Amino acid sequence: MSRPFLVRSALALALFIAADAHAATDADLAEIRDQIRQLKESYEARIQALEQRLKYAEANPAEAVQNATSAAPDAKPAVESAPVATAAPGVPPASPAGISAFNPAISAVLQGIYANYSQNRDHYAIAGFAPSGDILPAKRGFSIAESELNLSANVDDKFYGNLIFSLSPDNTVEVEEAYGLYTAAPYGIAPKFGRFLSSIGYLNDQHQHAWDFYDAPLVYQALLGGQYQNNGLQVKWLAPTDEFLEFGAEIGSGDSFPGNSRNKNGTGSGIVYVHAGGDVDVSNSWRAGLSYLQTGATDRGYSQLDTAGNDAQVAFTGRSKLAIADFVWKWAPNGNAQERNFKLQGEYFWRREAGDLTFDADGGLGLMQTARYRSNQSGFYLQGVYQFLPAWRVGLRYDWLNSGSVDYGSNSAYLTHDAFNSQRTAVMFDWTPSEFSRVRVQYQQAKLRADVTDNEIFVQYILTLGAHGAHKF
Amino acid sequence: MKPMLKLCSAALLFALAGPALAVLNVFATVPEWGALADELGGDKVKVYVATNALQDPHHVEAKPSLIARARNADLVVATGAELEIGWLPLVTQQAGNPKIVPGKPGYFEAAGFVTMLEKPTRLDRADGDVHPGGNPHIQTDPRNVLRVAGPLTARLVELDPGNAAFYQERGKAFAERFGTAIAAWEKRAAVLKGAPIVVQHKAFTYLIAWLGMNEVAALEPKPGVEPTTAWLSEVLALLQRQPAKMVIRAAYQSDRASLWIAERAKINAVALPFTVGGNAEAKDLYSLYDDTIARLLKGAT
Repeated sequence: MSRPFLVRSALALALFIAADAHAATDADLAEIRDQIRQLKESYEARIQALEQRLKYAEANPAEAVQNATSAAPDAKPAVESAPVATAAPGVPPASPAGISAFNPAISAVLQGIYANYSQNRDHYAIAGFAPSGDILPAKRGFSIAESELNLSANVDDKFYGNLIFSLSPDNTVEVEEAYGLYTAAPYGIAPKFGRFLSSIGYLNDQHQHAWDFYDAPLVYQALLGGQYQNNGLQVKWLAPTDEFLEFGAEIGSGDSFPGNSRNKNGTGSGIVYVHAGGDVDVSNSWRAGLSYLQTGATDRGYSQLDTAGNDAQVAFTGRSKLAIADFVWKWAPNGNAQERNFKLQGEYFWRREAGDLTFDADGGLGLMQTARYRSNQSGFYLQGVYQFLPAWRVGLRYDWLNSGSVDYGSNSAYLTHDAFNSQRTAVMFDWTPSEFSRVRVQYQQAKLRADVTDNEIFVQYILTLGAHGAHKF
Repeated sequence: MKPMLKLCSAALLFALAGPALAVLNVFATVPEWGALADELGGDKVKVYVATNALQDPHHVEAKPSLIARARNADLVVATGAELEIGWLPLVTQQAGNPKIVPGKPGYFEAAGFVTMLEKPTRLDRADGDVHPGGNPHIQTDPRNVLRVAGPLTARLVELDPGNAAFYQERGKAFAERFGTAIAAWEKRAAVLKGAPIVVQHKAFTYLIAWLGMNEVAALEPKPGVEPTTAWLSEVLALLQRQPAKMVIRAAYQSDRASLWIAERAKINAVALPFTVGGNAEAKDLYSLYDDTIARLLKGAT
């Protein structure tokens, strides 16, 4: 068959069709319209009938099921009412229509605190440790703690996004986390990017309202400035084993303490960690991890009393390395944590800093000297929380810091190391009527400086609104 | 740093070199779907059940062991209707397994294939632990298990077309055998029709609808809210006006409230297996309902 022949036949066919369509008269059109109208009416009637049946079934669910049973009263009613090959297709869940249909999941956390201290909070300091970011405890008396707003949703088939901002009691807004997650990566790889709480240690990537005590352990306050927030990239890889084995690495700006914001290209911090975990038996589960953080600081300043008793300005420039060993062990009889459960958790921190320290006796007017600086400090906490009845828990926490060794080099003529090891013991008692609310009382005795003992009492509430969150192990 | 890198790369090599397993890895959130996957998949599937019958399915922790198993799963079989909302999304996300996210063939929700009961007309957490999709404890009615069996067979076929005939054959055999069993259970349980009962948690809505029993009261004042003495006293007063045969609870629930009311109202307290493994007798889907009906019949006398 030749090509010209094909072309000719196609042309002829097209002409024929066109001619036929042209031949459709007004009478034909009217007939078609009438048929369509009839079809429409018949469908509308059927849909109305179905809607009425649906309404009835929704109003009398139990009856509807019984009817379904009694409709086939012979020996095998169920088989016939639910043939296995063509089982009733799922009714899609009703979803809101219109432009709000794709709104992200929204949740909010409301918190409030009553705090009572036997010591003046204005003099808060941890002996032997350079002050580290925003670690001041709540103000005396009543205050609201951080409120949090959380928006999250799948962006498309490849990304998931989460924005968490916190509203501080002093009416400032802070972006706590704003990250994207690449969800389509194979081989158990999960890349995360943006601002997020680093997965270093155990407690670091949990939000404050999920903690078992009101405040962060001393090691987090003294060595990590509360919580380590990263602006950068995180890649985790989960090994394809039946036991949990996860490797992770992060690079970031290094803005968070013990680093600080530096004017430089490239990365300011690097983190690696490995987490392992599993079940010992049906009642016991565990997770343990090792983490390592390397970052640096340029002119990280704070004020410190010098040997003459004056408030001197000091600034550190150099490298900071932190290692963390963490573990958590959870017990629940038969894995049912609803009635009773116990959780034991602990973390050990080591930090080494090396670089230069600039000592400024009085704001650059008088003596100013830069000398070598080295420090080697550590600490740990251990805590246990026991739920003895549904909704009721008690907890005990012990904190210990080793102020370790600090070498001021030739600055030791003006600065001395306060070699006092801080300790703190806390007990807490909380009531959790549902997954969305918690009321807590915490008492602790803190010895953060020689000869100073602070007795602290906190009463706290945590309320969660909106989308159902999920807590990490 | 260096040894860590070595370990990482060794593990990576292991992951890439690992041979593709011939069997389909199924991650079932609750025992009943694990048992059903076993029935339908036979030796062509390897089933991991994330929870046991003594665990409260509403309160499960995203344990490391679950994350590790979800990492290698080809198919997640969940109940849906927000039963697993507190832990499954987190497990799926942390597992970094794009095959098993909702919307993919590797994610199967049973609740989509049955008629849901107790769909709330208003959504307010003041009403307790409400599920917008309806009561999620669908497995207490065996007809629902049968309704899920068909679509689950179809899903196994979709994921593992090489064994399509095998799954279809087993699906058909299961439907026949289980259907006959349902008819027998209905016959045995006919005397329970209209029997007034009290439930501890609203976990048996589908069972009650199936057997035509009459739920007089619930010991939880609101779903998921622990019974209080004041509320129990109200239930007791109600039972004096409107007597019930028994109070039933699921195996994972504390017996405190049930025993309290049973003793005062002089009725039987019955612990039902609720799902496969809920007691020594409930070993599979067949013995689960055998035992459930045996216990109900005993409780009704």
